[in-house]
Amino acid sequence: MSAQAPEVARTPLCARLVQVSKLFGAFPALRQITVDLEPGRCYVLLGENGAGKSTLLRILAGLLHPSHGTVEVFGGQRPFEARDRIAYMSHSPMLYDEFTAQENLRYFANLYPGRACLSPEEALQQVGLDPQLNRTIGQYSQGMRQRTSLARVLLPIPELLLLDEPFSNMDIESARQMVQLLAKFRQSDRTIVLTTHQRELAAPIADWVLTLRAGRVASFESGSPQP
Amino acid sequence: MITRALWTHLVKDLRIEWRSKEAINSMLFFALLVVVLFSLAFDPRGSFAREIAGGVLSVATMFASVSALNQAWAREIRHQVLDAQRMAPTPGAELFLAKVLANFLFVTIVQVLLAPVFLVMYNLSILGQGWLLAIVLPLGTWALVANGTFFAALSIRSRNRELLLPLILFPIFVPALLAMVQATTAILTGESDPTLWIKLLVGYDIIFTTVSLLLFEVVLHAE
Repeated sequence: MSAQAPEVARTPLCARLVQVSKLFGAFPALRQITVDLEPGRCYVLLGENGAGKSTLLRILAGLLHPSHGTVEVFGGQRPFEARDRIAYMSHSPMLYDEFTAQENLRYFANLYPGRACLSPEEALQQVGLDPQLNRTIGQYSQGMRQRTSLARVLLPIPELLLLDEPFSNMDIESARQMVQLLAKFRQSDRTIVLTTHQRELAAPIADWVLTLRAGRVASFESGSPQP
Repeated sequence: MITRALWTHLVKDLRIEWRSKEAINSMLFFALLVVVLFSLAFDPRGSFAREIAGGVLSVATMFASVSALNQAWAREIRHQVLDAQRMAPTPGAELFLAKVLANFLFVTIVQVLLAPVFLVMYNLSILGQGWLLAIVLPLGTWALVANGTFFAALSIRSRNRELLLPLILFPIFVPALLAMVQATTAILTGESDPTLWIKLLVGYDIIFTTVSLLLFEVVLHAE
């Protein structure tokens, strides 16, 4: 099953998936997904657990290879080749418990030589955390870890931002602040793909809503983002 | 040449170990236990002590380092930090080399702390050229940690990784172990020339480090 936004032909694509399937052993996590992603848009992936949302994000991130089909980003590159332009936030914080938020961010910033990154202080301030907080990540609440994890992915100022359940473990107010931050991010012509079970939280920024069911695209609808 | 990414990974590993002391503590206590148990079992004295000392030290280091080698990658897997490292635009070989250097440093620290205890427990006096130990032990340790770090990364996604690592590592480490034991014994007893064994260790280190560096990218990005 395929899905395309109507005006894709007129704008350069951020990513294109053509007939992408992913098998884990004999289990098909994704089946023949064809999707075009435009720059400067926010795509919200919905679906039940096991529908294939995380697998789709990991394929876009270049962390998984499709069993069949092709994935291209930024006009013909493979995701792995463009990994400095893509950032991925998973369920896990992808941070070291033994380090403070600043130490974690400084470590990851150093892994992007030659790319203009936000400073750790800027990234932490953007997600509403105090950069001077002298506590290790191991002592953070789940919500604070989630914010630090978001700061980590914002650090290299990516052109394609992939967020797996970014609102989990967050209170409503923090989640709304995160949505506002993502709205600003999208305005700078950067693309966001996020998965969530809380559709109403992502609604203000959702340009397109893609629903997966058993590894297939069940629907691909226009969202109603706030201007 | 030490690149910025290599230095970043290395400093990160050293800093984490400085705060947690997980690897060094577990290795040190395990190695001490092995050394003490062997000394109780064999009652080593005089020339007999010199003959078995190289083997005991090598085996103690080998067993002790397995726990640290497993922990080295387990820390990266724990919160999927490895995925963030895989997505960073830096060569995987730098991550590997930083890990090897950090593990090498941890094992060397344990050997340095273990040495006085070892000398006392085994009542050792060195009859050969003692300074050669400063070449043999680092070469043997490098062989152990370079292979160990590579195979720990290879087995990290396996459910039985703690069992798998020694099963893969120990047979491959046998030539280096043999060279390390023979060279150490030759130095302690002063009865033979350890040069051949040292050359073997150098060759082993060059070959296995090169192969590991070349293959690590594949291991890192395996699903």
